[in-house]
Amino acid sequence: MRQIVRVLTILREALREIFDEGSYTRFLRRTQMPSSPRAYAAYWEEREASHARKPRCC
Amino acid sequence: MNKTFSIFAWAAVACLGAVAIAVVALRRGEPINALWLVAAAACCYALGYRFYSRFISVKVLALDSRRATPAERLENGRDFLVTNKWVVFGHHFAAIAGPGPLVGPVLAVQFGYLPGTLWILAGAVFAGCVQDFVILVFSVRRDGKSLTEMAKEETGRVGGFVAYVAVIAILVILLGVCALIVVNALKSSPWGTFTIAMTIPIALLMGIYLRRIRPGKVMEVSLLGFILVLLAIFGGQWVSQTESVARIFSLSAPTLAILIIVYGFAASALPVWLLLAPRDYLSTFVKLGTIGLLAAGIVVLHPTLHMPALTRFVDGTGPVFAGKIFPFAFITIACGAISGFHSLIASGTTPKLIARETETRLVGYGAMMAESAVAIMAVIAACVLQPGVYFAINSPAGIVGQAPEAAAATISNWGFPVSAGEMQTLARAVGEQTLFNRTGGAPAFAVGMANIFSHTLGGQALMAIWYHFAIMFEALFILTVLDAGTRVARFMIQDALTHVYKPLGRTSWYPSILATSALVVGAWGYFLWQGVKDPLGGINSLWPLFGIANQLLATVALCVATTVIIKMHKTRYASITLLPLGWLVAVTYTAAWHKIFDASSRIGFLAQARSLEVGTPTATTARLIVNNRLDAAVTATLVVLVSLVLFESIVAWVGFVRGSRAVFLKESPFVRTRLATEEQ
Repeated sequence: MRQIVRVLTILREALREIFDEGSYTRFLRRTQMPSSPRAYAAYWEEREASHARKPRCC
Repeated sequence: MNKTFSIFAWAAVACLGAVAIAVVALRRGEPINALWLVAAAACCYALGYRFYSRFISVKVLALDSRRATPAERLENGRDFLVTNKWVVFGHHFAAIAGPGPLVGPVLAVQFGYLPGTLWILAGAVFAGCVQDFVILVFSVRRDGKSLTEMAKEETGRVGGFVAYVAVIAILVILLGVCALIVVNALKSSPWGTFTIAMTIPIALLMGIYLRRIRPGKVMEVSLLGFILVLLAIFGGQWVSQTESVARIFSLSAPTLAILIIVYGFAASALPVWLLLAPRDYLSTFVKLGTIGLLAAGIVVLHPTLHMPALTRFVDGTGPVFAGKIFPFAFITIACGAISGFHSLIASGTTPKLIARETETRLVGYGAMMAESAVAIMAVIAACVLQPGVYFAINSPAGIVGQAPEAAAATISNWGFPVSAGEMQTLARAVGEQTLFNRTGGAPAFAVGMANIFSHTLGGQALMAIWYHFAIMFEALFILTVLDAGTRVARFMIQDALTHVYKPLGRTSWYPSILATSALVVGAWGYFLWQGVKDPLGGINSLWPLFGIANQLLATVALCVATTVIIKMHKTRYASITLLPLGWLVAVTYTAAWHKIFDASSRIGFLAQARSLEVGTPTATTARLIVNNRLDAAVTATLVVLVSLVLFESIVAWVGFVRGSRAVFLKESPFVRTRLATEEQ
């Protein structure tokens, strides 16, 4: 049972990373902002400023 | 006891793999079951991962779990972050798995299922996985530096410059080909066009929802977007059955090309959160789900492969693309076997997330194996079709004729029986007006996938829905590559232009955004337009060009990897990258030679230009001649540039081995990790 929970937790974490939810949570923690439209806008600005240029393969 | 069991277990895997490959390779004259391909692939991957990747990690790279990675040393909660290895695996796989492993293998099936399957398996285990793995390790040991930076530091300035030019060239050609595949899949298809058009307002809605209503809840909004896309698929059926609306969405190839060019420009110039990011999320959501569903469908249904092991087109006269197995099968299938583009991902985001050096084996080698498995699924999806149907879908009108009866007669004369009535019934079953001349690989893959899905779930009644689901799936993530690729190329050009005039490098300065977006879109739009106007369907010229460019980038990556291995004083193991490098040089240089100089007008660009010159001139003849000469010039330029890197690398290797050249390995210094002991 513990193994299944572990696998599901890792799967959820992988999806959170793939979908940038983990990255946004870390941004909120780092900037100590609550989640809001303003915080999300700031998050995207930071990503743009740091050239968030995740290439996608062919 | 455990060791004895392990030896017997691995011996059993090796025996099963050998039997499966023997069946795949030697069975002639009767169809085989797809499970033989699945078994052969699973055993090859298991053996490759267990033994070859372990050999590389222990003997060649000497991976050290005590050495702190950049994710630990430079952790900033943003780019550098210690991350669970399975999470990084998922992240890396989602980035490398694009449309390439689906389209390339489908096109290469014109030779039969055997050449593609063997190349996918051998190429992945001995070349592609190795390239991704070693580049990832070397980037991790250099603070997550990119391939271009590593090429500059380890092989010299020429290497860095060529890697940069090769990346831009690949992006431009890739985007042109991707757009052409979408155009060919959607032309005269009101259902498909409506569904894909709907993904734009859906993505905009998702962007606004994410920004204003539920900030950051990406998975939630992706699920919502997925439901809306499913509704758009059902809506598309209504559109195709309602004549007045269907007329609006029945678009010709040139009209679709113009719309995609306009869309590409908008996606590059609009704020990333509004259109690009939500579409990327939606595409990833659909991609991961569909790949899982297809794998399950193949195992549950275990269909029979109707395509023979080898077809008559091994002689180079194939209708899908011209040219013999060697070298063309090996440049047509890139992403499922080895893809230079992967080296950009392996030296991009991924190395900044790796917690321990030893985890690079799972992420670098393992994720490429997973991508290769996707390519095997594409081979199976194409081979479940009757060969006559496969060739009817994938052959351009310029080869088989425009009229259905003429096309069916030509294909039947090749020994692959098919009738116009049979194709009409199939087209009706999938909700299309016609399936003839739908080149590009996407429609053939969609018919194969719909075949597998409908036999697993829903029967013939759902065939049309599954077909359009598959088209939506392919078009969605091809368009995502288009969006993201245009933007990445724009950033790269802006980076270069910053040396000319500083404001041009600012990614928030609109004149620069508009100018560089127009430049990139204009470049790939040119190739797209060329493909749309090409009487041979475009794919015949452009896919090999893309394959050559992509494999030349892999050549640069393997040059860098070999240089680093020799600098590490591991020359006796340099063959792990030298052999794939030698193979790629042989393949790409031969392919480039044929594409430029071959006397056949279906293969050689210059020969085609000459045959157009002496033929009856039409309104487009002059442009077609220029296009062919341009394609020849692009191919030649890429080969010359990569030859410079190769020459520079060989001179350096000889110098290092003889001791006449000092060895400076640009690795970050060893720092002991503070993370807890690794769980084994």
